[in-house]
This record gives sequence, structure tokens and C-alpha cells, in this order.
Amino acid sequence: MSTLTNGLDRRNFLKTGLAGAAGLVVGFYLPSRKEVLAASRLDGAVAQPAVINAFVQVAPNEEITIVIGKSEMGQGVATSLPMLAAEELECDWRKVHVEFAPAAVVYFDPAFHMQGTGGSQSVASNWQPMREAGAKARLMLVAAAAQKWGVDASECHAENGAVVHAASKRRATYGSLAEAAAKIPQPQTVTLKDPSEFKVVGKPLKRLDTAIKTNGKAGFGIDVRQPGMVHSAVLRCPVFGGKVASFDATKAKAVPGVKDVFQISSGIAVVADNTWTAMQGRKALEVTWDEGPNANVSNETIFKGFADACEKPGVVSRKEGDAAAGLGGAAQKIEAVYTAPYQAHATMEPMNCVAHIQADRADVWAGTQFQTPSQNTAAKIAGIPPEKSFVHTTYLGGGFGRRGWTDFITDACEISKQMKAPAQVTWSREDDMQHDYYRPASYAKISAALGADGNPTAFTARIACDAILRWFYGEDAVKSGMDSSSVEGISDTPYDVPNILVDYHLVPGPVPMGFWRSVGASQNGFFLEGFMDELAVAAKKDPYEYRKALLSKKPRHLGVLNLAAEKAGWGTPAPKGHYRGIAVLEAFSTYVAEVAEISVDKDGVKVHKITVALDCGRVVNPNIIQQQAVSAVVFGLTQTLKGAITIDKGRVQQANFDSYDMLRMNEMPVVDVHIVSSTETPTGMGEPAVPPVAPAVCNAIFAATGKRIRHLPVAPEDLT
Amino acid sequence: MATHFILNGKPKTVDVDPNMPLLWVIRDTLNMTGTKFGCGMAFCGACTVHIDGEATRSCITPISSVAGKKVTTIEGLSATDSHPVQRAWIEIDVPQCGYCQSGQIMTASALLAKTPHPTDAEITDAMSGNICRCGTYDRIRKAIHRAAELQAGGAKSASADEDNQLVASAMSLVSGGAE
Repeated sequence: MSTLTNGLDRRNFLKTGLAGAAGLVVGFYLPSRKEVLAASRLDGAVAQPAVINAFVQVAPNEEITIVIGKSEMGQGVATSLPMLAAEELECDWRKVHVEFAPAAVVYFDPAFHMQGTGGSQSVASNWQPMREAGAKARLMLVAAAAQKWGVDASECHAENGAVVHAASKRRATYGSLAEAAAKIPQPQTVTLKDPSEFKVVGKPLKRLDTAIKTNGKAGFGIDVRQPGMVHSAVLRCPVFGGKVASFDATKAKAVPGVKDVFQISSGIAVVADNTWTAMQGRKALEVTWDEGPNANVSNETIFKGFADACEKPGVVSRKEGDAAAGLGGAAQKIEAVYTAPYQAHATMEPMNCVAHIQADRADVWAGTQFQTPSQNTAAKIAGIPPEKSFVHTTYLGGGFGRRGWTDFITDACEISKQMKAPAQVTWSREDDMQHDYYRPASYAKISAALGADGNPTAFTARIACDAILRWFYGEDAVKSGMDSSSVEGISDTPYDVPNILVDYHLVPGPVPMGFWRSVGASQNGFFLEGFMDELAVAAKKDPYEYRKALLSKKPRHLGVLNLAAEKAGWGTPAPKGHYRGIAVLEAFSTYVAEVAEISVDKDGVKVHKITVALDCGRVVNPNIIQQQAVSAVVFGLTQTLKGAITIDKGRVQQANFDSYDMLRMNEMPVVDVHIVSSTETPTGMGEPAVPPVAPAVCNAIFAATGKRIRHLPVAPEDLT
Repeated sequence: MATHFILNGKPKTVDVDPNMPLLWVIRDTLNMTGTKFGCGMAFCGACTVHIDGEATRSCITPISSVAGKKVTTIEGLSATDSHPVQRAWIEIDVPQCGYCQSGQIMTASALLAKTPHPTDAEITDAMSGNICRCGTYDRIRKAIHRAAELQAGGAKSASADEDNQLVASAMSLVSGGAE
């Protein structure tokens, strides 16, 4: 049996830890109609909708508004979640609009016990509640019609946005029933459709947010404008942990249009008529920093710390059998060290927020992934109860985990409080890249023993890195020395090996750590699947066949592995000069295998094609799943082939896209996506297709060159 | 200092620092927020507008340099989302987070104005200055080819068929298995 010792599971921690943390939970209440209507309505107003429940509103003109508790950052929740409600509501999909919920307990993610978007959780968490919300609203509309006609509700049915009494051939539209339906008591129980009756779920419906994203009307956080709003920029100490020693604002204040300069908790705020002037004022600031204890920290010192830690046993994450004994008597022993660098989120929309802090009310307009912490942050700064703090969620210009933090919210709230006016803070690209919560740099010392048949008889992995949970929740969250997010993707290796030991060294450092699309699996998937390829080579077996044999008890891994191999033509000759590599991984309960087809020449690696096979349970919207698979491949290729965040003198060396570039159109491969048909409960597609990209590409590089890539990103000197 | 220029077909005068980038004049002085700030250094293309028809990075363009010129932003591309590039973007369902898409659309529409039927290589050349962190590049390429057809007027818009408007095209993704 597998034992996950000391394994503070991140999602379980979110369940218990957040709900238990003081001040994070506001009282249970259903938002009033006024509050719901005050939520970010960014795609045009609907005439006077009646609020049927917290998730469904119906207007007299038949427009249906579905309120979602999740943030839309490109992953498609503004379409997939309304689909779930619409399935049961029996409405006309063409009349459906979407609106982002205010911060309220009714919109808490049942898995997180707070309102927030992450962990590839949105569809999985909302699968049941959004369908129930649609079904309950339908029952209320049917009841309203039955009441109106003086018939029994059981004689009526709903279809395509109307209630029908077949016996008397009467029909009433939802719009005409909405006001009466809103007064019907909320049904306590509902029976949901059998999947065989689905009309909406499973269809490749187009996104609801496309038109407003082609004409400039989609409102992002950076686009919020409030009457009397001031703009601002903040100068932060470039060294992590550094502070302002002293500053002279004379020259900054002399810049025409600069309104004020003052210190806030993150640095020095410059407030002006417009963003550019605030940034000009910031350039004119004269600051002396107290760089603190981290001014000599560098990549070298950080990775030396990891390597030194790995000389000794760590906190055990998984132990099965006796791996030490297994390695001791091995016919063949393989050892390798893998590393992954820090990565920035680099959302296209830099961090920003508008806040208005008043004596008895706080308002925050932001592209936030975590509404509850945002609400509490504003309330705390305003000195008011969370119930008086209102979060207006906008569209997010990318999230990838970055917008789960509240540092940009804190900036705007502190500046608004000081200015006694609505204030927007806008981070420059340099601010965003140099003051991120980074994907942890990580170090893995891995070994395996192979038996006479080439199959592994023992596997050990020792991981060293800083812990995301330490940064998010504080030291108490990691007092056991274990951080589940640091070992996920390798501690849960699915391969059939009798003796397994995975242990972990939490090596705390000054560089802020955060959740980055696919989290621990983004580096550990590379370590595990690169190393498995090494084992296949050592065993003189085909990398696909080798994995297949070791996954015989893992049907869903095997399903995607076989599908990817088949669709990529594994085992058939590749085009001349092209080579293939394969990798498979489960992340967030979604299974993904990828085959990379690459070539290597004097200019480096060219990725021609990535074949993706995925199993995310029942398909809600194949169009969005396909988009997210391709998007994840691009994200994964960027970490494989492009930049890294490096530290020198306690600060980030990269500043903008010239030194930390993203994959661009000229580097885009063909991405061929295949989805396994499944009746399992749906799981997420926000992240799980990221981790297999790096190992699939690097395994293909080995096939092409015989060079094993153990350190990301791929460097030209690693190829020759 | 006052600068006079033509913005989306209408004469405009702004009285700002002549060094202020066009991007911030559009966004903060005129409160037209469709044009996006991405990097401030012309590396990402999110701020792309047309100046006298040329795709230009507004984040490094001082307002003084557009005096007397015609500036078109995403808001001025069409009044009813009817520009062939916008129609193609909607038909192909291009955007994800959407933040870079104003810039992508402005670059693409400038390309199509000069090169009505661009090859794949011409599309790659024109578009590789625009970053999309969501990775919508494939659909951008498809949509530019589609916009070229729509612009030529020879192709029937898919919007003629209402169901096609709702359902994404060419979806045969789900393989074998349990059902």
C-alpha cells in the first residue's frame, strides 16, 4: 500500500486550513439582488432580471444570466460553468449571458472552503452545484407557471426557455414567469438528468466571451475607471526582503501631474493623473534601500543549498518496501540529478487593481483568482468587517496562479486609503517579472535499481526546494517539514515498482514561491518522466513499451499513453531527421500523455508536433478542452525552450520579454489533441497538459542527439 | 502642449506632455481601454494600433509624433464587429484570456490591408512580434486566412447558419472508449 506520510495535501489543507484561519470566512448569506446586479456586468446590461437563485437570473426579455463564482482567465469557465446550469435549466443557449459573482459564501468552492479559482478545480467543483442551481431554477419557473394556470406542476414541463402545459396547449416563456418564479420557495432537493439526456454538456459550444474580446470591450482589471480615480505606481526594493531606508521625493513631486508620494508596505507609491506620469515620477525618486540579509543570494548559493541538503535523508513523502535494500543489491543502478529553475507567471496583463477605501465600505475591482482573501485584505486595510468589503471581479488577462495573491490588492487599498479616493495601481512589466511569486526552483536526486529483466526493482527520489505552502499560509503549514506541492508529480509515481522512497528537504529562501500552472508537477513531471526514459534506455527497451508494461495496473494512464502513441504513429518511421519522445502524467486527477516530434540542427531544437491524449473524465466542452490542451502545450514549451528566472545579488536578473521571452508564433508546433471518451466525473483542464511537455521534448532530444537533458530550460550547449 | 490628430476618424486634441506615449493618452487621458499595456518596450505587441495604416506599438510612440496623423484603435476598427478580422476571430473562436487580442487583431488587420492573401510565412513574419501567453497562435493563423476570404467577399460567412455560430467547427476530438 502506498502511504503518504506527513502529506499535507494542498487541497485538503485548503479545506481545513482556510476555513479555520481567523478572519478569512465571512458569515453565510445569499447576496441581495442589488449586490448581484452590482457584480461586474461587462458584456452589456440586461433589462431588470429577476434573481431566481444565486446563480440564475431571468429577465423579461428572456435573457438568462448565469452568475459564476469562478474567475475567467482564458480557461473557459465563463462558458463551461453556464453550460452546466443551462443543461438543467432547459433554456435557450443563445440567450445566456455570464456574470462574475460578488464575494459571498454561496460562491465558495466546496473543495477550497473559500471563493477562488485554481487547482484545475472549476469544472470538477461546479459539476454538481451548477447543475443543481439550474434544475432548482427550472422547478421554480415550472411552479410559477403551474400556479398561474391553476394546474399541478407535475402536468407541466420545461423546454427551450418556456414552460408548457401539454394538456391545455398553454406555453409561457421564462421571461414572463421570472418575477413570479423568484417568489417561489427554493426547492430543497432536485433530481438531475441522466447523462443520456444531455443536450448541452458534451457539445463543442463556442465561448460566450469571444465577441467582447475582439472589439476591446471586455473589461480587465487594468481597464477599470472610477469617478475621481487616481493612478499610481510603486517602487519596490529590488532585493527580496529589502526595505526602504530613506527616500527623497522632491524630484518625483516636481514631475508635473504627480499628486503625492508616500511609503506603503510594499515600497514607495507615486500617485498621479495618469499611469505614465506616475511611472515618470517613480523614475525621479531618490531612494536608499536597506537591502537586508539577502543581498548576496544567487542561483549558485540557492542550488548549492539544495545539493547540500540532499546529502542527507529528508522528510519521507512515500515509502513502500525497502528501497535502500533494493538499490544495494541491484544488478544495474541508475542515478541522476535533475533541476528546474524559477519561472515567472508573466501574465499578459501585468498586476493591477483599483480600490476605493471609505470609512464604512471598501470596494476592490480586480482580476483576482481568490475573491475571499481579496475581500478580507480590503476589509482589514479599511478596518471594517468583511461584509462591508465588496470584490468586483473583472476578466483576467491571464492568471496561471499569480492572481491568487493579494499583493496588488494591498497596494491599491493602501494608496486609496491614503488618498481618500479611488486608486488604481498598475505594475510595470518589470515590476511584474521581478516581484512575482515564482514557480519554485527545484533539485532532484533520483536513483533506481533495474532487475535482470530491465524493470525497476527500487526507485528513490530526493527533492529539495522551498515550499509554496510556507509562502501562502505561513510556517505553521509546513511545520512537519513536508510540502505536498513540492513532491506532487513524483511522489505519486504510478509505475509498478516494489520498493519506493521519496523524501523531501524544505530549503527556505528569500525568493517568493507561488502556485504556477500545474504547480509541483511542472518540475517533478520533468524529473520523473525524464528519468523513466533513462531507465528504458538502460533496459534497452522502447520508452513507450517500457512505460506500458509498468502501468498495467493503471488503466487511465495506460489509456492516454496508448492513445498518444497510436495517434503520433509511435513505432512508425518519423519524417527524415525527426525524432520522437513520450511522457505521461496525472495531475489534478486528469491524465495526459504527449508525444513530441522534434529535430535538432545548428540553430537548436525545433518542435514540429506535439500529440496530446488526455482523459479528464466526462467531456463538458471539447472545444474548450482542446483550447486548454494547446494552451498548456505552449506554456510547457515556453518553460522547456525559452527563459528562466535567475537570481543574483538577491534580485531577479530578468526584467522584460527581451530577457524572459515567451513562445511566439514562429515557434508554434502542430498540436494534435485527442480526448478519451469517459463517463467518469469531469476533472479539470487548466493545468494537467503542461507537465508532460518538457519530458516529451527532452526525451525526443535524447533520441535525436544521445544527449540527456536534466536541467531546464534546454541550453544550446546541452545539445552537442 | 496640445497635439492634434485624427482618432478613429474624428479630429482629436489632447493637451499633455509631448513625450507621453500614445498608449497612455488613449487609455488614461481618453479612457479608451481596448488598447492594452503589456510591456512598455515594444516586445509584446499588446498595445498595437494603426498610425496612418501601419501597425505600430503605441507604448513607445510619443504623442507628439502622431500630430496630424490618423490613429486607429480596436474601438475604431468597426462599429459593429463587422471588420473581416473580427468576424473571422469570432467564427474561429480565437481568444482565451483575450488580453493580447486587441493587439493581435490590429496587427492582423494591418497585414491584410497590405497583403490581402498572406501566406503562412507572411503571417508568421507579421505576427511573431505579438505574444499570446494563452497560446492561441494556431487559431490566429486560421482566422487570418479566414479573414482574407471574408475580405475578398467570395466566402459565405458561417454566421449565415445560426447553429454554426454556437458550435465550434471541426470537432472530432473524442476518441473511442467508454460510451
